[in-house]
Amino acid sequence: MSGGSPTPAGTANVVAVDGASMVFNEGASNEVDALCDIELVIRPGEFVSLIGPSGCGKSTLLRLIANLLSPTAGTVLVNGKSAHQARVDQDYGMAFQQSGLFEWRSVEKNIELPLELKGWKKADRRARAAEMLALVKLSEFSQHMPWQLSGGMQQRVAIARALAAHPSLLLMDEPFGALDEMTREHMQSELLRICAAAGTTVVFVTHSIPEAVYLSSRVVVMSPRPGRITNMIDVPLGDDRGEDTREDDSFYGLITEVREALRASETSDPVGGSVRGIEDR
Amino acid sequence: MFIASLVIVAGLWELYKWLGPEDGGEILGWPVLPRTGDRSMPHTWEMVQRLFDPEVRGNDRPIWFAVAGYAWYTFRMALAGLIIGSVFGVVLAVFMSRFRVIERGLLPYVIASQTVPLIALAPQFAALGGNWDLPRWTWVAALGAFLAFFPISISTLRGLSSPTPAALELMDSYASSWWMTLRKLRFPSAVPYMVPGFKLAATASVIGVIVSEVSTGVRGVGFAALTYAQAATSDPAKVYAAVFGAALLGLAMFGIVVAAEAVVMRNRPREASA
Repeated sequence: MSGGSPTPAGTANVVAVDGASMVFNEGASNEVDALCDIELVIRPGEFVSLIGPSGCGKSTLLRLIANLLSPTAGTVLVNGKSAHQARVDQDYGMAFQQSGLFEWRSVEKNIELPLELKGWKKADRRARAAEMLALVKLSEFSQHMPWQLSGGMQQRVAIARALAAHPSLLLMDEPFGALDEMTREHMQSELLRICAAAGTTVVFVTHSIPEAVYLSSRVVVMSPRPGRITNMIDVPLGDDRGEDTREDDSFYGLITEVREALRASETSDPVGGSVRGIEDR
Repeated sequence: MFIASLVIVAGLWELYKWLGPEDGGEILGWPVLPRTGDRSMPHTWEMVQRLFDPEVRGNDRPIWFAVAGYAWYTFRMALAGLIIGSVFGVVLAVFMSRFRVIERGLLPYVIASQTVPLIALAPQFAALGGNWDLPRWTWVAALGAFLAFFPISISTLRGLSSPTPAALELMDSYASSWWMTLRKLRFPSAVPYMVPGFKLAATASVIGVIVSEVSTGVRGVGFAALTYAQAATSDPAKVYAAVFGAALLGLAMFGIVVAAEAVVMRNRPREASA
C-alpha cells in the first residue's frame, strides 16, 4: 500500500509484531498458550480486523500492541519504537466494549481526560474536546453526564476520547459488541467516516463477520489454543462504503470467504467442532 | 415526618407511663418493665417546661441556654474530631490500598483499636495532654477522631479498590502514574462508598467526645448530663435537657454530612448513591 513511501525504513509500519508468543501462568498447572508465533505488519491508513472464535487470543494480541501485556517471546513495535515507549508517548488511543466513561465527569470532561494526563492547558483541552465532539456529532451534549446518554452515544464519546490526543493508531476491542443491530451498523459507518477524516490506522477486534468485512481493508483470521493467524483476507471494497455496500454481491462474497477461512482454521484444530462464538449476522 | 415521629414517641412514652406499673414489673420472673413513677419517667411536658426554668436556683439563665452553650462546645470538639479522623482515615486507607502488605499488617490493629474501652482510656489521654501542655479539649477531640477514623478508613479502602479492571486498564493505556490514577479514577470512584462511612463517623465522633467528657471533666454536654443526673432525685426532668441537647447535636453533625453528600453527589446517577 505504501510501497513508494519516502519514509525511512522501520518507521513506515504503524504496527510490527514479530514472532510474538504469549503464555499465561508459565510453568504453572493452569498454563495457557494464548498466542503462538504471531507475525503481523500494519501500514499507515490500514483498517485491520482481528476475527476468530472466543478464546483465540485476539484481545490478547490487541493488548500486546497496546503494551497492556508484554509478550513472553518475540517483539512488538509501534511507530518503529517499543510498544512500551509508544504507550508512554500516547501513540495510540483505545476503546473497549464497555464505553468506560467516568460517571462523575461530563461528556466534555471525559474527552479531556487523556489530555489532562498529558498536562495540556485548560483552554487547549476545551478547544480539542469541542473539535472531537463535532467530529462525533455530539456537540450539543458536551455538558451532559454519561448516564444521560444512550449506549450508542456513550460509545461515540468513548471514540472521541480515544482520538482526543490525535493518535496515529486506534485500538478497539469489540467496541460495538453491546449495541443493538441498527445502532451498530450506524456506528460502523460513523467510525469509517471519523477515521477517514482523521487519517487514523485502526486495529479492530470483533467476532462479527459482516462487521469485519464492512469496516476493514484487511481481515486477519485467527484460530484458538494456541492463538495463531491462519489467514489474511484483503477486502477490496474501496474507500467509499455506505449502506449500498452491505447489499453488494462482492460484500456477500467476502463474507463467505471469511466464514470459510474461519471453518478451515477450526478444522485444523484437533479438538475443534463447530465455529463457536462467531456471528453470521 | 420528623415532627410526626416525635409526637408518636412522646405519645408512647406517656401511654406506657399511664399503663405501666409504678414500681416496675416482671415478665416471667425477669425485671424488665421500667418504673413509671415521676422520678424515673417524668412527664414529657415537664421535660419541655424544665428547659425554660433556670439551670440553678438564683440564676435567671434558662437551662436550654446553658445546654446550648455546652452543646456548642461539644459540637466544636466533635467537628474537630471528625476532621482529624477523616484526614487520618483517608490517608490510612490510601496507604493500605497502595501496599497490600500494609493492609494485611495494619488492618487487625485498626479493628482492635475500636474495642479499646474508651472511658478507661480518656483520663490517661488527658494526663498525657498535661505533659505536653495542650488544652484538655484537644484530647477529647482526639478521642472523637479515634472513633471517627475507623468507618472512614474502612469505607475509603473499599471505595479505592472499586474501579473495574477495564477502568484501570484505560488509565494504564494512558501510561498514567499511580498518583494520577488515584486522583482521576480511584478517589472519584470511592466517593459513593465514603459517604456512608462519613455518616457513621459523624455520630461516632459525637459519641467519642461526649463519653470522654464524662471522664475528663471537660465541660461539654456530656459533662452536663452527668452533673444533671446527680440531681435526678430532686429534679428528674433536668437530665433530659442534656439528653435533648446531645440528640440535637448528633443530628446536626449528621446533617452536615448529608449536606456535603448532596454537594459531592449532585452529578451522579441516582442508583450509585445507595
